[in-house]
Amino acid sequence: MAKELLKGNVAFAEAALRNGLEAYFGYPITPQSEALEHLSGRMIEEGRVFLQAESEVAAINMVYGAASSGVRTMTSTSGPGLALMAEGLSYIAGSEVPAVVVNIMRGGPGLGNIQPSQADYFFMTKTAGHGDFHPIVLAPSSVQEIIDMVGLAFDLADKYRTLVLIAGDGSIGQMMESAELPPMQPLRPEPDRPDWAIVGAEGRAPNLITSLYLGAQNLEAVNLRLQAKLQEIRENEVRYQEYEVEDAELLLVAYGTVGRICTTVVREARKAGKKVGLLRPQTLWPFPDARLAELGARVRGVLVAEMSAGQMLEDVERAIARQAPVRFHGRMGGVVPMVDEILADLDKLDEETR
Amino acid sequence: MKHEETIISGFGGQGALFAGQLLAYSGMAEAMHVTWIPSYGPEMRGGTANCTVIVSDEEIGAPIIRYPTCAVVLNLPSMQKYEPLVKPGGVLIVNESLVDIQSARDDIRVITLPASDIATALGNPRMANLVALGALAQATGLVALETVAAQLEAHLSERQRKWLEPNKAALQKGAELAR
Amino acid sequence: MSVAVNIPENMDLIYKYPDALTEVSTHYCPGCVHGIVHRMVGEVIDELGIRGQTIGVAPVGCAVLAYKYFDVDFVEAAHGRALAMATGIKRVNPDKVVFTYQGDGDLAAIGTAETVHAANRGEFLTTIFINNAIYGMTGGQMAPTTLPGMVTTSSPTGRDCAVAGYPIQMSEILAQTAGAAYVTREMALDMPSIVKTKKAIKRAFQCQIAGLGFACVEVLATCPTNWNQDPWASLEWAKESMTEHFPLGTFKMTDAVKALKWRD
Ligand SMILES: Cc1ncc(C[n+]2csc(CCOP(=O)(O)OP(=O)(O)O)c2C)c(N)n1
Ligand code: SF4
Repeated sequence: MAKELLKGNVAFAEAALRNGLEAYFGYPITPQSEALEHLSGRMIEEGRVFLQAESEVAAINMVYGAASSGVRTMTSTSGPGLALMAEGLSYIAGSEVPAVVVNIMRGGPGLGNIQPSQADYFFMTKTAGHGDFHPIVLAPSSVQEIIDMVGLAFDLADKYRTLVLIAGDGSIGQMMESAELPPMQPLRPEPDRPDWAIVGAEGRAPNLITSLYLGAQNLEAVNLRLQAKLQEIRENEVRYQEYEVEDAELLLVAYGTVGRICTTVVREARKAGKKVGLLRPQTLWPFPDARLAELGARVRGVLVAEMSAGQMLEDVERAIARQAPVRFHGRMGGVVPMVDEILADLDKLDEETR
Repeated sequence: MKHEETIISGFGGQGALFAGQLLAYSGMAEAMHVTWIPSYGPEMRGGTANCTVIVSDEEIGAPIIRYPTCAVVLNLPSMQKYEPLVKPGGVLIVNESLVDIQSARDDIRVITLPASDIATALGNPRMANLVALGALAQATGLVALETVAAQLEAHLSERQRKWLEPNKAALQKGAELAR
Repeated sequence: MSVAVNIPENMDLIYKYPDALTEVSTHYCPGCVHGIVHRMVGEVIDELGIRGQTIGVAPVGCAVLAYKYFDVDFVEAAHGRALAMATGIKRVNPDKVVFTYQGDGDLAAIGTAETVHAANRGEFLTTIFINNAIYGMTGGQMAPTTLPGMVTTSSPTGRDCAVAGYPIQMSEILAQTAGAAYVTREMALDMPSIVKTKKAIKRAFQCQIAGLGFACVEVLATCPTNWNQDPWASLEWAKESMTEHFPLGTFKMTDAVKALKWRD
């Protein structure tokens, strides 16, 4: 398939459709609405399910229902909508059905604004709902990567019967870039739905999708099983990209849009003779703890850059475990950090650790 | 190596975003890497619209920049905002039909042309964006004029089809004035 | 932006900004009806002399910045939650006048539960409900009030009611609740209808002041930008098409509201 100039929001929506998305439910919210708008035409064209819900509360519960039937389903939203979905996210996690949710982050808290942000990191990786669970959280930094990650998200969701979130930001959603879409995959035929799905009990014992376990012992057993699954995910699904880290003395850690901005920072810093490298997490949960621990032992200092007050920072600090000083460059409220600001903080770190 | 970071800016409705997309399509057609990011806001009308387009031989890192290497300013507020930010050695294209101040910069190449008036003479003031884009392509050599014309042909909406030839003429005229 | 006007001595000032509005140019698109309804609410607040006792609740929608245009205390609610927030405000300030100003997405989609239950509890609140059949702020997606067959950015082939449901008639629904005292549907699309709408808005505020129950004035409005129509055509279209699905009329008026003495 040839490269096209694609807007992030349209690209991930079309990629989902081509990866066998059978049902989409959503509610408009900027800066994500182009995804919903694209699917409002395309899903109908393909004879699939598209429904604009009356709210995000409804949208995520529609997803919960469709997911319980074992079809590929998703919704997409931005911070205020994700907040409303918290209840549904927890139910999906608790009843272990596969679902994909794309969050194109915008400035908060509250109504905030619609400019790019990364301030939903804690929410997505740690507190997406009540109870003990983590969704897998993927963090794309380009239009191509959000396309690829949608496919990965469905595969991981199916493989682990888990919730997968894609952590985009307003910049990735609104940006156009040359990228290649995957070929069209057929839908999963109904007889091939997973054996746990609720599709009618004809010829077998009834299935049950629930997150209710009244006995404490029972619920603890379920939690232990969930935790074992999360552990397996921690062991197998960590993803990150490295950029010039081999001989790096200073390490940048950034994801998403800030991650790609930092590739320019590395180039500029190298031009100025500084040995700088970048680790860009592609999974925010599970987090690349082990690799960061290794690098922390090797570098003089670490600089974390984010569009937040320092959320991923806490995970980096935990992973580096005081082996090297960890400093932070953060912008909030929809302000995107610029290359020169990050370079200036790198200079400070360089001096401080010389 | 080719690498330009361009901001195109004007009133909503002046076609700054479309001109930027054409530049991005053209860069792609010439096998370069491209990114296009619009300013975006609530639907309500008024105010300025701008986009940042990066066209490069190299893979693109930061898609959002503070100091562009080129700026195309279609109205006065855009001139006031971006003229001071163009990197030394860069290019500034000014639509003097709507910008009645002059650039004091001597470290950049300033091309001043009456884009809206030219467009009006060609039949529609809304083609000022294409006049300016022609000048930009000519001044930077970033993409060939023929490429832009071909991309215009490929991406002009059905409704605007009747404006294809005048738009091409607008491109041409802009390029001539930038020679 | 404040406009200084010098009035010649032999002339009277007969038209000015209501005191309850700030002299700020609004951000609304040319031809948008929001500004007209703001003015009516402002005039009513002036006429009732309640500027200092009024608290407004802004929605999430194009009127999200309403607080800039009213010279009264204001809060900005979460999308759809205006009537829940207003309930909280009114319950702790029972002697104040609390109104919400909401669009159709806000009131009739994401906020349906809050709306129905505030009405059903008979909250002493006044709601101004702007029905423009579309989501204006987010770029013209389908609203619960979008007309059958109407093209929007999320119903590109026109609203198919068999799939997306039917235009929801909120006034009719709210009129069913025992707590509602006054529910009416008006339009603000020409001079006579504007005059009539203002009367309804005044009654809705008086209903609250007299402690008679929940009051809601639905106002049929336009969104020329997202309907892709020029302002004039949009007014005509709304008069013709919207009234067909949203019949004008008063759906509930208790005897007590009817008996209200007009404080003109
Ligand atoms: C929880 C949440 N979901 C979605 C949005 C995005 N949003 C903002 S305004 C709006 C709809 C506005 O439409 P309407 O209420 O009809 O008012 P109008 O803009 O037409 O006046 C939506 C969906 C949001 N702010 N919060
Ligand atoms: S988008 Fe529509 S509702 Fe919003 S201000 Fe413009 S015309 Fe009014």
